[in-house]
Amino acid sequence: MKSVEELKAIREKALKEISIRDNEDKIRIVVGMATCGIAAGAKSVMNAFIEELAKRNIHNVTVSMTGCVGICRLEPIAEVIEVNGEKTTYVKLDDEKARRIVAEHIVNKKPVLEFTIGAAEK
Amino acid sequence: MKDIAHHLLDIAQNSISAGASIITIKLTVTPQSISAGNQNESSENGLKNVLVCEIIDNGRGMDPDFCRKVLDPFETTRKTRNVGLGLPLLKQSCELAGGALFIDSVPFKGTTVKAQFDVDSIDRLPLGDVAGTVRMLVMANPEITWNIKLYSSGKEFDLNTYDIKQYLDDVPLDNYEVLAWIEQKINEGIREVFGGVLDEIS
Repeated sequence: MKSVEELKAIREKALKEISIRDNEDKIRIVVGMATCGIAAGAKSVMNAFIEELAKRNIHNVTVSMTGCVGICRLEPIAEVIEVNGEKTTYVKLDDEKARRIVAEHIVNKKPVLEFTIGAAEK
Repeated sequence: MKDIAHHLLDIAQNSISAGASIITIKLTVTPQSISAGNQNESSENGLKNVLVCEIIDNGRGMDPDFCRKVLDPFETTRKTRNVGLGLPLLKQSCELAGGALFIDSVPFKGTTVKAQFDVDSIDRLPLGDVAGTVRMLVMANPEITWNIKLYSSGKEFDLNTYDIKQYLDDVPLDNYEVLAWIEQKINEGIREVFGGVLDEIS
């Protein structure tokens, strides 16, 4: 079966990379993916995060989903949780904003203040 | 919701919240006889194609009382607000396209949500990016066993993350390349099974 061979090849390749970064603590990006988030576009926002991270070959970040955060009018919402537990909440996201968050917050360690819940609620 | 994939993503969240360890997403296109009173619809042989989307989980299920009320938007398990629109929105999408929504739930056994659409209804939502949706669900919940099943007139496609895990051994399922591979396989499956069956799949 061809697909099994493909999987084995992926496995071989991945194993080489895994050993290097096994013990690293990971930054987490959590996207609100309840009905409100999905209807507002959270699906493509999450895809944008994943694609941008993959494109930049960043492996110390996990992207996951959560339910309704309770502020549906500000969806799509994502939280960036640092290794030390520090949390930044980004609101009213779109694909472009997600890519900027990866570039500025994840890569350059500077939160994008203008997209945060603090800026939106002023 | 823009397309069926968005609905699947939404309803799968219910299964995840219900603590399911195995979730099956099954899409079937099958002929169904048009009921006697509806013969004015354009059809040569009294048959129409229906698209059936099922999400089957082994989560904690709902008791019959809650199951009856679950389509009421003001009935929800979530704590943050007392409105839940996921299932009511799906029901609306089904009914707009000549279909219906069925929910079957057994406490402590699991829930099956079955959404049915007329394939040729002008108001049927397009399938959307099902493969990308599954990739996302797998990435966010790699510990769950995901089954993807596609059927239409003799053609079928089957993928499950349990088997994939066996081949990957110690490589995690949420590895980028594994996820990309899963997405690609499902896209191939969709073209194979639904190409020429659903208008939007060439």
